[in-house]
Amino acid sequence: MKAEVKGSEILYVERFRILHGDYEHGGDAAAAIKAVLKELGIHPDLIRRLSIANFEAEMNVIMYAEEGEMEFQVLADAVRVVLTDRGQGIPDIELAMTPGYSTATPAMRERGFGAGLGLPNIKKNVDLFEIESTVGVGTTLRYSIFLSERQRAGEA
Amino acid sequence: MHLRELTNLLDCEVVWGHDLLEGKEVKACFAADLMSDVLAFSEPGALLITGLASLQSVHAADVADLTGILYVGGKRPAEQVLELARQRKIPLLTTRQSMFDVCATLRDAGLKAGCKE
Repeated sequence: MKAEVKGSEILYVERFRILHGDYEHGGDAAAAIKAVLKELGIHPDLIRRLSIANFEAEMNVIMYAEEGEMEFQVLADAVRVVLTDRGQGIPDIELAMTPGYSTATPAMRERGFGAGLGLPNIKKNVDLFEIESTVGVGTTLRYSIFLSERQRAGEA
Repeated sequence: MHLRELTNLLDCEVVWGHDLLEGKEVKACFAADLMSDVLAFSEPGALLITGLASLQSVHAADVADLTGILYVGGKRPAEQVLELARQRKIPLLTTRQSMFDVCATLRDAGLKAGCKE
């Protein structure tokens, strides 16, 4: 990586569309991003953390929103995901972040989800986590994992 | 324990991934039907023991870097699930034994809980 590259400069971007109820494809974005991270030589622990966060985030859109777009960005010093969905939004974010709190339906539980661990688990796996939501409009998640000197994209 | 040895011990059928069994060593297992728990608490390299033969079990095993999936109680994954496992190179086993018996046998054989918290 050249020294003049700033931390905020986006080196790589990929976008994924996620649709409500599309359980069949939930996990595809996480898998595609995982493949890119492997290609870049990112440390397996970091890949695992981001992949888990991504799968949880994808499933949240499939289960609770109408549709969403996941944007995956590789920066010089971090990997970042911005997930914007259109949907019901979250009335009480603090409550939604409480482990065990869930509004899941039987259909979600049948697939092994809806334990009330999704958002807390995303937060647990990343270094930076932001959530904004407007009821009746949708939710935006932004999360990042920092890359150490040796793990910077293209160097490892 | 080698995955091949585990397959014999529990009288498993290898649903997919015969070739992947060779050389795969399992030290720990994570047993759950709740994929949320797998994503939150499993350790990388663990074998997933579950009664949930869904697509989500394969996705969860893939993102959490688990060694393979053992379906208990005679559950068999559908063709779509097999196809995903092929793509992600995750071996799938199935046994008629119950979750309880499988876990007890593997613990007696010296395997540990592949659980973070």
